[in-house]
Amino acid sequence: MSKFSNLGHRLYTGEVSYDFIARRRRWYALSAVLLLISLGALAFRGLDFGIEFNGGADFRATTTVNSQTVDTMRTAVEGTGLPNLEDATINTIGGNQVRVQTRTLNPTTEVPVVRAAIGAEAGVPADDVAYNLIGASWGDQITQRAIIALGVFLVLVGLMIWVYFRNGAMSGAALVALVHDLILTVGIYALVGFTVTPATLIGVLTILGYSLYDTVVVFDKVRENVRGIRASTTQTYSDAANLAVNQVLVRSINTTIIGVLPVAALLFAGAVILGEGPLKDLALALFVGMISGAYSSIFIATPILAQLKERDPEMKKLSARVHARRAKAEKKDGGEVVGSQDGEPVGALAAAPGLTVTRAVAGTVPVRPVSEGGAKRPQPQHKPRSQR
Amino acid sequence: MAFVVLLVGLMGLSKTWTPKLGLDLRGGTTITLTAANTAGGGAVDPASLDLARTIIQSRVDSLGVGESEVTTAGDRQIIVSVPNVQEDRLVEQVGQTAVLRFRAVYAAEQVTPPVVPSSDPSATASTDPSSSAGAPSEGSSAPSPSATGDNRPLPGLPTAPPAPSTPRPTAEGQGTPPDEAINYQPTEADQADFAAFSCPAPDDNPDVSDQPLFSCNQDGTEKYLLGPTLIQGDTLTGASAGIPQNGIQWVVNLTFNNEGGTAFENITGQLSSRTAPGNQFAIVLDGDTISAPSVSRAIPGGQAEISGSFTQSSATDLANVLKYGALPLAFEVSEVSNVSATLGGEQLQAGIIAGIIGLILVVAYCFLYYRGLGIVVVASLLVAGVITYSSMVLLGSSVGFALNLPGIAGAIVAIGVTADSFVIYFERIRDEVRDGRSLRTAVETGWRRARQTVLIADAVSMLSALILFILAIGSVKGFAFTLGLTTLIDVLVVFVFTKPLMTILARTKFFGGGHRLSGLDPAHLGVKALPGTRSRRGGVGSAVTRSSSGAHAVGRPAPAVTPGEKA
Repeated sequence: MSKFSNLGHRLYTGEVSYDFIARRRRWYALSAVLLLISLGALAFRGLDFGIEFNGGADFRATTTVNSQTVDTMRTAVEGTGLPNLEDATINTIGGNQVRVQTRTLNPTTEVPVVRAAIGAEAGVPADDVAYNLIGASWGDQITQRAIIALGVFLVLVGLMIWVYFRNGAMSGAALVALVHDLILTVGIYALVGFTVTPATLIGVLTILGYSLYDTVVVFDKVRENVRGIRASTTQTYSDAANLAVNQVLVRSINTTIIGVLPVAALLFAGAVILGEGPLKDLALALFVGMISGAYSSIFIATPILAQLKERDPEMKKLSARVHARRAKAEKKDGGEVVGSQDGEPVGALAAAPGLTVTRAVAGTVPVRPVSEGGAKRPQPQHKPRSQR
Repeated sequence: MAFVVLLVGLMGLSKTWTPKLGLDLRGGTTITLTAANTAGGGAVDPASLDLARTIIQSRVDSLGVGESEVTTAGDRQIIVSVPNVQEDRLVEQVGQTAVLRFRAVYAAEQVTPPVVPSSDPSATASTDPSSSAGAPSEGSSAPSPSATGDNRPLPGLPTAPPAPSTPRPTAEGQGTPPDEAINYQPTEADQADFAAFSCPAPDDNPDVSDQPLFSCNQDGTEKYLLGPTLIQGDTLTGASAGIPQNGIQWVVNLTFNNEGGTAFENITGQLSSRTAPGNQFAIVLDGDTISAPSVSRAIPGGQAEISGSFTQSSATDLANVLKYGALPLAFEVSEVSNVSATLGGEQLQAGIIAGIIGLILVVAYCFLYYRGLGIVVVASLLVAGVITYSSMVLLGSSVGFALNLPGIAGAIVAIGVTADSFVIYFERIRDEVRDGRSLRTAVETGWRRARQTVLIADAVSMLSALILFILAIGSVKGFAFTLGLTTLIDVLVVFVFTKPLMTILARTKFFGGGHRLSGLDPAHLGVKALPGTRSRRGGVGSAVTRSSSGAHAVGRPAPAVTPGEKA
């Protein structure tokens, strides 16, 4: 682990710099693929909405499960003689539970009948058959409230982004990251086939908050780094943004891992132990959303931000200036410099792909080392006499 | 620390050690009813809704199911929560609209409410005690449990007497319609059954509109033999309690609509000519006789006044009950959630397992990465856990907060939030050390900057929890609630516990000196030597260290690392 933390330190100082922004095409491509898969799943498989949204009845009974359970249960349910029960969904959970989903039923006349039938078939008293019943109009109301909740939350998040960043490019990039996470998270539900319930909705809304927060953390550092960049001669906006990402990388990874571990435990408990229920629906959204949120802040939002900013005429001038200076230095040095634009590995870090070392070369314009003092302004720091 | 002791002490005081569990963890039935106006649409009057709630509450209580909760939600929902009951009967009972009827009284008798059997058994029904109160009185005449081995069950509360021998119709259509009901005469069978009838009424006592009814009053002190329905309750348009102009006693005023008014006039005319108790009519709600006033003359005009020994509260109660029976509300069962006790137990188990696994994983990772400092994380999590648990217990016993499965999920997610606060603090300490500060100083200065970040992060978390709570649907509100609660506790713990602990640890040799396993060793922090400590390299080395560790630029890569690299 000390190697990792050493790496962390070198990421911080900029000794080691993983070039997120230059390699952005790679990330864009990856994201595009993931998004396509999600959208495809949404289009072709669709979302499996739970009875809370559609209305319906959901029965669960404990029984010994064998290969005929589903069929015999179906016969029993249809045998009650109630109309429109043919498209009931019947499946088994784990090795000892059977689940029957039907259309919505009348609570006093029809439910007891179905309950008795299921109980008889499963070999348990009718009162031991647990059930959830949602009336049709109630289901509509819930759907309405869910849509309103989603809308309100999105508006609030958009407002927060606008208020906090006050900067078109940053807001835009943050929104793109948000939408990216949203699509990925919802797409995974279509892919895996978990039911979408109010618990799912809460999970999705929660990770929207997390994703935004992650983006804020990175962009804060970017803002810090690009202060006064216009006067710079050595750094483009992209360089500064890239350094920011590297600096927060370790912290971001750590907080994401720590945040995800309990959620993974929840997902395990919900999906494996219980097999069905609000835990599973909630935990999957949180799991995918947290990871996606961290990924998008680093790999998607910042490159997009840099790209948008670089279109600014001022930034273009800056960029030209910096490249010109670097080219001059190259010529002076006889081509010894390895710049961050090429990506050729150097020295001991050759093993790690994509890592480049920006190495100081003798003969460049001496840059005074600076450090932050108490006032958080860059303060020059001079080497002791013995070193000068 | 004192705070924790205080909380635990409070828990002990209230004698509850476990939080109140929601029905999805305990087992039980939750029914959501939606009210709608019977006449057209529009908003539901909140007063009516609340009145309906009280009536439904008393209905559920009368089922004898123990603790139950009936609350209103939103502007037209009533939520009934009954633990440990999964019967269909509950849904039937609750969903039924209250029925108000007016019937003629044919016999009224005092009934002593059920008492422990050691009291005089002959105090029960004055007619024919020995045969009707057969089993109870026999049992109670031998109150002391004897080991005589005659296998008689120990005397308990008298059970309801055996059902009336005459099978009574349970559906309408076979009896006497209202316009002829006034002429109804009780049959022999009716009389006999009435004699056998005792209060409280058995559950299956049939209450059919066109049949005679055996009814008890609300406290079970009087039983009545009532005829078939004379007037249906929906002809009542209003009821109010007040003191009439030239009187001092409380009275209840009834107002009937046209149809009811005419019928009422007719009936009172006929009743007033009978002898007591025949001159009384009973107001029956859900089969209980709420009031049985007597009439002395015909009352025209559809306006009636009931006077008697009313107090303000009893008059208002009666008026309310009458209004409820006339409530223009119809209830629809919107949602029923029925969890068996085994399923509830399983869900609780799964939640606890998830929590334990989550804790273990987080702690393991922290030890792995932060080594000795993992102790700080564990301690903070422990303290936060105790505070969270006791808060939930206290909230449960005071406010009635019930912990459900999404609530447990929220608390588990918050494990990550709490550990994250620590990560923020530690990373900041590391930054400060790289800047050249000694460890003990870094702990302080790092705190100053980290606490801002922690506060912002937790504020964002709290805000989103708050919004989620408002927007959430149904039981998932619990998730938002516990997430917010635990975030609050996290702030408390970080400020009051974690930071002081770090200060203390930085003073120890193990941590402050940067022992290899402490997590604060130089290699881990990314510096050559901890600033402020004597390093083996001596003065030059530490000078070099200082300049190299301070050599990172704000916003610039560090090209001048050459001296450090060489050394």
